[in-house]
Amino acid sequence: MDQKLVAVIDYGMGNLRSVAKAAEHVAPKHTRILVTHKPEEIEAADAIIFPGQGAAKACMKALLNTGMIHPVQKATQEKPFLGICMGLQVLMSHSTENEGVACLNVVPGEVKQFELDNNTSLKVPHMGWNQIQQTQEHPLWHNIPQNSRFYFVHSYYVQPNNQAIIAGTTTHGITFPSVLSHNNLFAIQAHPEKSADHGLTLFQNFLQWNGQ
Amino acid sequence: MSLAKRIIPCLDVDNGRVVKGIQFVNIRDAGNPVEVAKRYDEQGADEITFLDITATAHDRSTTVHMVEEVASQVFIPLTVGGGIRTVEDIRTMLNAGADKVAINSAAIFNPGFVQEACDAFGSQCIVVAIDAKKTSPKDEANRWEIFTHGGRKETGIDAIEWAQKMETLGAGEILLTSMDKDGTKNGFDLELTQAVADSIKIPVIASGGVGKLEHLSDGILKGHAEATLAASIFHFGQHTIQEAKEAMQAQGIEVRL
Repeated sequence: MDQKLVAVIDYGMGNLRSVAKAAEHVAPKHTRILVTHKPEEIEAADAIIFPGQGAAKACMKALLNTGMIHPVQKATQEKPFLGICMGLQVLMSHSTENEGVACLNVVPGEVKQFELDNNTSLKVPHMGWNQIQQTQEHPLWHNIPQNSRFYFVHSYYVQPNNQAIIAGTTTHGITFPSVLSHNNLFAIQAHPEKSADHGLTLFQNFLQWNGQ
Repeated sequence: MSLAKRIIPCLDVDNGRVVKGIQFVNIRDAGNPVEVAKRYDEQGADEITFLDITATAHDRSTTVHMVEEVASQVFIPLTVGGGIRTVEDIRTMLNAGADKVAINSAAIFNPGFVQEACDAFGSQCIVVAIDAKKTSPKDEANRWEIFTHGGRKETGIDAIEWAQKMETLGAGEILLTSMDKDGTKNGFDLELTQAVADSIKIPVIASGGVGKLEHLSDGILKGHAEATLAASIFHFGQHTIQEAKEAMQAQGIEVRL
């Protein structure tokens, strides 16, 4: 049987080790998880995991410096692609973080900051376990109950122009899109690698997904 | 539907082993950090905090291996505190698989370090630990000050002002321990917790004094904390985390069950 190669894109931001370890933990036999920053390996991979952490500007800079912008953009068009946290946000056209940052423009739309009412006791960053309401059926939701809790840490959220690609929403003061799905692309604001069993199930589903 | 309040068991680590007698049933080697972390994960812990009490830098490398081992098998957020003094210390822990580090005394000796750390790694992984003691005399307005060296050395710094300053420098969370309550099992210092939580926008983790389940709910409902940290109530098998969450839920608190 052929080996399946899944590339975790390393551009110097975020806890890649956690993501790779979680994927490895549930990877079927013959699936190899490879942390890489080499364009040829990304090109050769059957599926892509695109993690990320930190600020938008630093992420975009790191993508530029490691020559990852084009390979990532290309992969989003071609094969099963899982964006995580900042790996979701930088797919958008533009972020309002750091006085405005141009992003990868894979998904038309914006990244905005939580602006909560002054009287609220809600905290920003939105940090901790919150529910994801699945607003679309998707192979990656297989065996994950509706409104399951995932671990989130972020101060910004995505707002796609096309509402039809929202696959999950979460409420923290406002209800925001926490999962986007379009063709072979699935991107989640939460950290499945830190979301215990439901997160592992999501990785398992992704590793078996053909992108359709 | 909203964010769940968190329960975080805290484990002391010396030379890569969990210390402070932990009495789980069916765990043969109580000091094995992976076993302990897995058990807490199974019980529904929302995060796990390791407090490194290792004395020497050399022994600290075993803590790094421990974090690596835990992170490869336990998939919930891990925080490591104790002895975090440089950006390199943070990088080492994050690369090992920690998600957050707790900075304590280093923040006091060099507040710029907090900003440096947040700029380098993002606010989401920088927790500032504050050890506070009440210093105001009876009949006067409450005042709490920061203490170092396990509560032995005073700094004269006002705890609320300090928490606000840490927020401004970019800290993602405050781990607030009452040195008056720590180890007493009489419950959190709720006045302190509330005073700090209400004065900042970032989450406060209440710590110090949990002796029974209702203390946890008090920390959330009366102290306005986002999360509660406890050690002995869980370590000695007095309660499971599941029980603690059920008790919190019965008080109307949203938890992850």
